[in-house]
Amino acid sequence: MLPDFTNPADWLPWAFASLMGLSILIYVVLDGFDLGVGILFPLATPAEQDRMIGSIGPFWDANETWLVLAVGLLLVAFPQAHGMILTALYLPVFIMLVGLILRGVAFEFRAKARDRHKRLWNRLFFTGSLMTALAQGFMLGLYVMGLEQTWATYAFATLTAVFLAVGYSFIGSTWLIHKTEGALQLKSVRWGRESLWGVILGIGAVSLATPMVSTRIFDKWLTFPEIFYLAPLPILSGLLILWLWRMLRAMPYAEDRRSWLPFAAATALFTLAYLGMAYSFYPYVVPDRLTIYEAASAPESLFIILIGACFVVPVILGYSVLAYTIFRGKATELRYD
Amino acid sequence: METLDTLILSRIQFAANISFHILFPTITIALGWVLFFFRVRFAQTADEKWMAAYRFWVKVFALSFAMGVVSGITMSFQFGTNWPGFMETVGNIAGPLLAYEVLTAFFLEAVFIGIMLFGFSRVPGWLHMLATFLVAFGTTMSAFWIIVLNSWMHTPQGFEMIDGQAFATDWWAIIFNPSMPYRFAHMMLASFLTVSFLVAGVSAFRWLIGDRSREVRAMLKTGVVLGAALIPVQIFMGDLHGLNTKEYQPAKVAAMEGLWETQEGAPLVLFGIPDEEARTNRAVIEIPGLASFILTHDWNGELRGLNDFVAEDGTVLHPPVAPVFWSFRVMVATGMAMLVLSWASLWFMWRRRALHEGRIAGHWLAVEGLPKPILWALVPMAFSGWVATLAGWYTTEIGRQPWLVHGVMTTEMAVADVPAPLVLGTLITYLAIYAALLFAYIGVIAYLARKAARGEDGRAIDMDHSGKAGVIALSPAE
Repeated sequence: MLPDFTNPADWLPWAFASLMGLSILIYVVLDGFDLGVGILFPLATPAEQDRMIGSIGPFWDANETWLVLAVGLLLVAFPQAHGMILTALYLPVFIMLVGLILRGVAFEFRAKARDRHKRLWNRLFFTGSLMTALAQGFMLGLYVMGLEQTWATYAFATLTAVFLAVGYSFIGSTWLIHKTEGALQLKSVRWGRESLWGVILGIGAVSLATPMVSTRIFDKWLTFPEIFYLAPLPILSGLLILWLWRMLRAMPYAEDRRSWLPFAAATALFTLAYLGMAYSFYPYVVPDRLTIYEAASAPESLFIILIGACFVVPVILGYSVLAYTIFRGKATELRYD
Repeated sequence: METLDTLILSRIQFAANISFHILFPTITIALGWVLFFFRVRFAQTADEKWMAAYRFWVKVFALSFAMGVVSGITMSFQFGTNWPGFMETVGNIAGPLLAYEVLTAFFLEAVFIGIMLFGFSRVPGWLHMLATFLVAFGTTMSAFWIIVLNSWMHTPQGFEMIDGQAFATDWWAIIFNPSMPYRFAHMMLASFLTVSFLVAGVSAFRWLIGDRSREVRAMLKTGVVLGAALIPVQIFMGDLHGLNTKEYQPAKVAAMEGLWETQEGAPLVLFGIPDEEARTNRAVIEIPGLASFILTHDWNGELRGLNDFVAEDGTVLHPPVAPVFWSFRVMVATGMAMLVLSWASLWFMWRRRALHEGRIAGHWLAVEGLPKPILWALVPMAFSGWVATLAGWYTTEIGRQPWLVHGVMTTEMAVADVPAPLVLGTLITYLAIYAALLFAYIGVIAYLARKAARGEDGRAIDMDHSGKAGVIALSPAE
């Protein structure tokens, strides 16, 4: 899967596809947990809700920026694909945007509004988070179906929408296990156990459907010797799920040791599932229609973007680590000081 | 007809999204620097009033930033959902510029804003100050790159067309295209003016409901002085920008001036109703020769009229006249109101100190000098910057039509073939959400102001009338 590094027209699209893929993965994990916290919101008491908000407060702006980077890279590096994909996904994209707007502003408004308005903003925060997750799951389903628009593909996309929303709740729960304590932490452990099925079914559904839709992917997966390249992914995923299941039955451990483990394991699980998808669809950016090479901008333009990216992306990663370090530890109520 | 409907609806939708979006960067760009100013003053003087001002405005900043982020995400999808032709044609140039906007700027802000908002007691003072600086710097860089792209669409250069696609030949020429310096300066000044009137207006509101705290005085003075200092600069810069537009987009200037026939000694139309059917203005009030004088610095200078921009076959190559004509007048009128009000406020504050209280070293303005009507006028003017900024953008963007990239591609060439009813449905939803959010945004700022005026801002700052701080309760960090 490695490109020819002596030919810019070959390796630049590959480099940008990798960078875009990385951004999407980081986005799914990071905004996944804060969307998940939003979906779990109505299950908590008002005091717990403030804690939950506190656990994602310093991060959500930056988390959502990875989506902008991912879509931005699609836009600037693969303009043909950007138009094709987003025009096909017009309505789910719109619903996602409305969801993102609602939850983003509700987050800020609820902290500043008067008490009697707080319930409205809470409800909007939940609704926006759920809308966003469902819309993203729906887009995932349609993408797997090769962007075909029929009742069957809509039905499949509806299923993946539900699974992704539950999957986000799962990673949100594991985040809360790490960031909270006491009764809320116990609740989070239970939420984590109860939403694990969404992840399993989601990964399962996409894994079953993907080779069925495309003979190309079927051959890539289930012929000899390719099957051995892919084999570690399902095996590792299965092990991770078992491990998570065992952990979530026993947590929290004494003195709150290793509270970060479920989130780390969930991240690993999401990463494996994502790698599986990337393996299947490469080198296509629009499934079976447009490859990254056909969709790419001129190599000169890509090169200019790459220079900027080489400076900025490591810096962003460094700052992100710094921000997560500064706001490490258990969440408190959000304060502007 | 189908494509035309989709075209006009898509244009309205894009205009609605970008108008809503621009409101918030307009605030955050300059408010970032104002916060940095408050933060630096606090570090210099250790005077708690600066930190109180910081704490108040950082909440407004957080709210505006969130609104900017979510509406900005909408923007990045709009290109694909409604305007795929744009990136397909000029993606090789617009791509890197947009990429740099996202890379250098957006992240700098989004990552550091966490520390800026919630990190005051968690990080050392220098890091908090650095975070505040980087957020302000990030918003400014963000504005720079997006203005570069926008200016390039008005005055494109440094590229060649191969098979209907633009390829960059000279990046330096693309970035420093002829209208960029003027547009960037004009927008930065617009942002600073918006914020100075916002700060002055909200502080005037707090003063009127009885808040006599030292931070309100400091904020009110900061807002008025900044506004009064910048508005003349902005008027001068606007004039330069106009001259630049006359050179590169004469049809836009003709529409702004409501000038149909090419003529020497063209009059300045103060008022009139442009009639595109009859190709003339009705109910005109004008000053002879003044438009020529402003734009050519010669009373008899020649200005090109709109009729020059109609092709032989009747194809209209100039923008729709009335919206450009009116937006321009709204912008200028708002600017004039800003000029009068800020200088009047300054004069009243200065006179009080100079005539009644004598000069005190370092204090040459007294907020007590402001008469009630002036204070009441400052309150609605809190959002005058928005009006002027939007009117200015409508002037320049509608004035670019029918071109999307001047001389390269028309707006019609870029639009997506999405069914018109679908675009209409999403447009109505966006408008409803935006209206509700705008209402909530202004409502929350008013609520924050009331809460702060009652001293319920988490920290009671008790003031006696002489302006000396009484008890300052600083709550320890959690």
